[in-house]
Amino acid sequence: MNRAQIKKAASCQAPLRASEIAPAGLVEAGTSVEFNTGDWRANRPKWFKEKCIHCLLCWIACPDSSILLKADKVKTSVMTGIDYGHCKGCGICAKECPVKDKAIIMEEEKK
Amino acid sequence: MIKPIYSKGKIVAKTGNEAMAEAMRQIEPDVVAAYPITPATEIVQIFSQFVSDGIVKSEYVAVESEHSAMSAAIGASAAGARAMTGTAAQGLALMWEMLYIASGLRLPIVMAEVNRALSAPINIHGDQSDTMGARDSGWIQIYSENSQEAYDNMIQAVRIAEKCMLPAMVTTDGFIISHCMEVVETYPDKDVKKFVGQYKPQRALLNTKKPYTLGSIELQDYYFEHRWQLAEAMNKAQDVVLDVAKDFAKTFGRKYGMYEKYKMDGAEIAIVVIGSTAGTAKVVIDELRKKGIKAGMIKIRVFRPFPAAMIAKDLAKVKAVAIMDRADSCAGTFAPLYTDVAAALFAHNEGKMPKMENYVYGLGGREIAPEHITAVYDKLAKIAKGKAKPSNKVEYINLRK
Amino acid sequence: MIEIRWHGRGGQGAKTAALLFAESVLPTGKHVQAFPEYGPERMGAPVQSFNRISDKPITLHSAATSPTYVVILDPSLMNCVNVTAGLVKGGKIIVNSTFSPKEIAARLGINPKQVYVVDASHIALNTIKLNKPNTPMLGALIKVMDLDIKSILKDTKEKLTEKFRHKPQVIEGNMACIKRAYDEVVTHN
Repeated sequence: MNRAQIKKAASCQAPLRASEIAPAGLVEAGTSVEFNTGDWRANRPKWFKEKCIHCLLCWIACPDSSILLKADKVKTSVMTGIDYGHCKGCGICAKECPVKDKAIIMEEEKK
Repeated sequence: MIKPIYSKGKIVAKTGNEAMAEAMRQIEPDVVAAYPITPATEIVQIFSQFVSDGIVKSEYVAVESEHSAMSAAIGASAAGARAMTGTAAQGLALMWEMLYIASGLRLPIVMAEVNRALSAPINIHGDQSDTMGARDSGWIQIYSENSQEAYDNMIQAVRIAEKCMLPAMVTTDGFIISHCMEVVETYPDKDVKKFVGQYKPQRALLNTKKPYTLGSIELQDYYFEHRWQLAEAMNKAQDVVLDVAKDFAKTFGRKYGMYEKYKMDGAEIAIVVIGSTAGTAKVVIDELRKKGIKAGMIKIRVFRPFPAAMIAKDLAKVKAVAIMDRADSCAGTFAPLYTDVAAALFAHNEGKMPKMENYVYGLGGREIAPEHITAVYDKLAKIAKGKAKPSNKVEYINLRK
Repeated sequence: MIEIRWHGRGGQGAKTAALLFAESVLPTGKHVQAFPEYGPERMGAPVQSFNRISDKPITLHSAATSPTYVVILDPSLMNCVNVTAGLVKGGKIIVNSTFSPKEIAARLGINPKQVYVVDASHIALNTIKLNKPNTPMLGALIKVMDLDIKSILKDTKEKLTEKFRHKPQVIEGNMACIKRAYDEVVTHN
């Protein structure tokens, strides 16, 4: 399935027909961007930009690739935020954050 | 000297195994992964010698089991390589779960398979129990009567598989063909290479510019759709088989179809048979025809996909037909070929059926001689004249009950 | 169509002889078949292999049961195998033996003129230094069948060169075996 098909499939509209999908169940790379998995989170990571040292330990540890980065001339990559569409709120980022006064903390998700 | 059919063909004497290895040398796949097993060992043994002598540029993976052989072929094929393997009997059985993965992932792997009895009791000789068991695995199955057909079928199988995106197995009867030296016409390397063409996979995992996931989980939501796609690909494979055969006939001069009709014009009694026994039956039919008995034969070449509609049409005018299976289903019903032919006739002939008999023969390499086949035709002649009735159960040939 | 049956013991090369014979006869324009009868594969067990030769394409894939020629690589097989089974009327038996055709004919209960002998083991031991009587018996068969030895030798050499490209040392010896047995095979006169 390609990105558009995954978006359609994930939107809980009418499921795709066999004639619409690629054989062998192959799934294009990067399609999970269209598949939001973060909407049932109980705890929400909160990121403090001014405290962050951009060590990227949270990015390494995040099981859902939800730490957002951008290229940087000095540090190669810097953190820009959290992808709340995919973050499941496991809290590993907050636990791993080496800054004494944590740059990421967990808060209860407001429902 | 025997005259070749193709102007640039060369007449040689080769066993079935040698002929299949020769075809593999000329096809020169990117990867061959195999594990030795009698009577198919020679095929990959000869091929591995080609590799070590630098005659082919193929990568040969000597694996530790047939399960690994098929797994490696699947990996190679998914990566974008033209992949082949070879096996028989227990080896095919050990490949089992991977057979379904190869077809499910729509990987056009080509297998040189030598039909051999399944254990127990241990037996190394020819029968078709092994591939008949794999008939629902989503693999195209092409059976060969002799070494020439084994050679020609291997060459055609590559194109058929790649066009259909389905794996294909080409078989010979163990020892009877695999170890029988016969006259074979081979074609020049470059002509075979040109016919087979270069493999251009639609998608390949090693193409890092277009990455994708293969082998993902699909539950109640999409599994069914993909299995239907597989069944549909098999339905459409018949046209591909016939197209490739047409081009093969145009190129090399030998004609192939889904099956071969032998003296079916005006035939009143006929047998349906697969593999080397068809050759022996031809001798019997020639003798019967000399005596004025209207005997004919349908020799199945492609068993999967099964040419149901075509066969039903060709058997419509026959009065009595014997379906000869070199495998038993142990199912309480009938053997595999009979079941398919009966279903084809029932579905396509609006209830107009010839009288049908089912014979199981030659298990574990048991001899099937002209006199055995003559006896089958004798019974059919009686049934056709209304002097005997079909037994409506599996009959066994040359068995001591 | 004629059939040839080879009797040997596992390891003596009866299968190879049948295959080599088929390849050698092919250039004469005949259709050929060569196939072994496999039993339990063990050294010394009685084994058989077969040839069919015909002017027309051969489609038969059943056992060969009516040989015109029977070639016996090991004379002790005459004690335990029915070597004359199915032999056609006037068919010929070629034996690797030091006995006379008359003595062997008496043992098998056939006409001495049907029997040919050659000391193939002696030839093999003298030439290739191994008791592999298969290529000498091939030479003897070529003589008995009155085939063109010159063209067959030329062709067989090419075949062996291709087949034994990893063991070229065996080629000359085997060629000498074929030639010597061709000259030395005798029948009753």
